[in-house]
Amino acid sequence: MHWEPSGDQHSRIERANMLRKIREFFYEKGVLEVETPALSSAANTDPFIESLKVATTQTGQEEQRYLHTSPEYAMKRLLAAGSGDIYQICKVWRAEPSSRQHNAEFTMLEYYRLGFKLSTLMTEVNTLLLSLIPNITKESHYTSYASLFLDNLGFDPHTVNEQLINSAVNDLVPGFIGDLDRQSALDLLLSHCIEPLFPKDRLTFVYDYPGSQSALAKTEFSIDHPDVLIAKRFEVYAGNLELGNGYEELTSAAKNETVLKNELDTRRKMNLPLEAIDQRFLAATKAGLPECSGIAIGIDRVLMLQNGVSEIKQVMNFSWENA
Amino acid sequence: MASYNTSEFKSGLKFMMDGDPYNIIENEFVKPGKGQAFSRVKIRNLKSGRVLDKTFKSGEKVEAADVMEVNAEYLYTDGEYWHFMEPTSFEQYQASSTAVADVLNWLKDQETYIVTLWNGEPLSISPPNFVVLKITECDPGIQGNTAQGATKPAIVETGAAIKVPLFVEEGELVKIDTRTGEYLSRAKEA
Repeated sequence: MHWEPSGDQHSRIERANMLRKIREFFYEKGVLEVETPALSSAANTDPFIESLKVATTQTGQEEQRYLHTSPEYAMKRLLAAGSGDIYQICKVWRAEPSSRQHNAEFTMLEYYRLGFKLSTLMTEVNTLLLSLIPNITKESHYTSYASLFLDNLGFDPHTVNEQLINSAVNDLVPGFIGDLDRQSALDLLLSHCIEPLFPKDRLTFVYDYPGSQSALAKTEFSIDHPDVLIAKRFEVYAGNLELGNGYEELTSAAKNETVLKNELDTRRKMNLPLEAIDQRFLAATKAGLPECSGIAIGIDRVLMLQNGVSEIKQVMNFSWENA
Repeated sequence: MASYNTSEFKSGLKFMMDGDPYNIIENEFVKPGKGQAFSRVKIRNLKSGRVLDKTFKSGEKVEAADVMEVNAEYLYTDGEYWHFMEPTSFEQYQASSTAVADVLNWLKDQETYIVTLWNGEPLSISPPNFVVLKITECDPGIQGNTAQGATKPAIVETGAAIKVPLFVEEGELVKIDTRTGEYLSRAKEA
């Protein structure tokens, strides 16, 4: 019977060091470490993220609980309760196949900074990541979502017509099979044609996503195209490995509710399970979320870079297959 | 017919596409931070042997291919077909020249091969990892010469050309690794 850990002792030492460095980083800035439940009575409604379900019985009757896919809803309840700046390092779960760079159970750093604009958060995340991955020495690359498409594929993703997107998919990803809506076609082009071109030796920050990809980020009308809605969101990559996803957080209670309901509608259209909306989270937004920006970072991937390895299981003791 | 969801994709899975059976060689799950996930696969057309790269939207379904493997003994060829028999059921299969193309070098009477069947018809034949074959042609052996790496060309009973150490004689049996086509050792009997 195979029982040995996948990662070696070096990876364990590096993980412990990294967790300590993260805690020191936030301690110095006066950001409070918090914990929230891993098993929640509500699920993530995002149609592209599936929660793992746990049937609990200890109250005498069966109750459906969900392993959190990120501590976002619960941490925002703390923000609404006046917690101030907070961070959490915790395990999260996603019902997704494992791959070389993804494990269904992974360690996430999630943190929120009050009064931060998206650009302020990007600067701080850049400082944090570079301090954790000293082998990256090159200056980080910042680009908007629109410039990525304009520079590499020659069209503006916010205004391009369906016909041009479809012909780009046919020309550039000839092996693709199936139908795509507008946003999924952009996702395909981004992941297959653009991300592989990101410089390997530095961080890349991509910001200002299409409004349809806002999730719980603020949206605003584009300066260049006053009728185009932009999501105040960024993703940070090292090479083409995605490390984190940051938002200038949506604070309006009504808009938060609309986003969750729209996500359920999309789930209905896609024949996905209609999970329970987190009503406690929505109640907290009605009480009032402070203006803030927040990010979730995959710590295992940061460790991969710090250790110079290409598979996530090399920095985990027991990966999904070995758990 | 059963179908597979992309979340079930793994190497070795066989499915139908455009009327042909395919085998997944590699599967990579591509998931952007937000939005649509994809399965990027390297697949082999089991009829033509051609390898293709394809991308599926996560959640897409494919039809399972009725592909199975049986162990069968090689019997004979009539020039047009190569005949194999499953030794317990005595079921016989006739394989076309395309199906046997990759195994011709190692095809020997009464040896057991893996016959890949698609809808009951042989699609391809794979040899066992090791076969024992008789040397039918080579220069006389130099006894006592066991120098590492010194080899000479030889022809075996199936007609395949291999390299053998200098001490090997015509008429001797040798064990060959069919994956590399390399000589492994002398053998006593088949």
